[in-house]
Amino acid sequence: MKAAVLVFPGINRERDMARSLKLVSGKEAAMVWHTDPELPKGTDLVVIPGGFSYGDYLRCGAIAARAPIMDAVRKHADKGGLVLAVCNGFQIACEAGLLPGVLMRNAKMKFMCKEVHMRVERSDTPFTRRYNAGSVIRVPVAHGEGNYIADAETIARLEGENRVAFRYASADGEVDPHFNGSTNAIAGILSEKLNVLGLMPHPENHVDPVVGPTDGRRLFESLIETLEAA
Amino acid sequence: MKARVIVTLKPGILDPQGKAIEGALKSLGVDGVESVRQGKVFEVELAAADKTKAETKLKEAAEKLLSNMVIENYRVEIL
Repeated sequence: MKAAVLVFPGINRERDMARSLKLVSGKEAAMVWHTDPELPKGTDLVVIPGGFSYGDYLRCGAIAARAPIMDAVRKHADKGGLVLAVCNGFQIACEAGLLPGVLMRNAKMKFMCKEVHMRVERSDTPFTRRYNAGSVIRVPVAHGEGNYIADAETIARLEGENRVAFRYASADGEVDPHFNGSTNAIAGILSEKLNVLGLMPHPENHVDPVVGPTDGRRLFESLIETLEAA
Repeated sequence: MKARVIVTLKPGILDPQGKAIEGALKSLGVDGVESVRQGKVFEVELAAADKTKAETKLKEAAEKLLSNMVIENYRVEIL
């Protein structure tokens, strides 16, 4: 695995992400500054981490989505390269057109900072192959704008093509439609070619047993397995 | 040349901020407020002296960055 973690001004989860990548893969990730025009040679996974790029000015992720490095990320994704976009990264990926739709203010206007359950919707993707479809995992969330919205046609397409990767749910797997107002309780979605995943929760924070549950670890193991199989 | 770009949420898009403001106005006793939708106004100064050129530039700015066409509409006003 040769991972590149993008760094924008105002991002604050890039170190957690790099630490988890190192812990699971044993390899150091490259930290890539947003003004770089290219990704490091041989990059096979781009990670857009969480935080508050540009202080969430204008719209969450809007300014970061137009940074020079994002052209290189789009090229990487167009060629089928893997992109993992978490939290603010998910917002950036939507604003950059890597994923459809947009993340709006949580329906109850609250910043949600807690541990939640989400249901893994499918196990046949590069990001989820080490999970069982239908299993429920615990992951932390920390966001004020995680309310996924898209037009009816886009939602129908996402559902029809099984591109919802994760949904907010109860501990026993019952979908929770009221968590943050997100359409169909969507917590994470995949691109058409299944090579880009955007999700609001933070799997990178549940990787090390020293800090608690390790339900996020399998996502990174899935990526490693995918890249090794390629 | 001075201009304004006004960005508003498309009809039907849930606006929790607008709803909260609406509630606050009601609790302040401001009567007759039926609904509030929050938007954004950008005041822009342009080098262009020609109105048509200015409008083209503002349209470009609105579509490339100032608005997200998935959820928002925009309009341009030359002052």
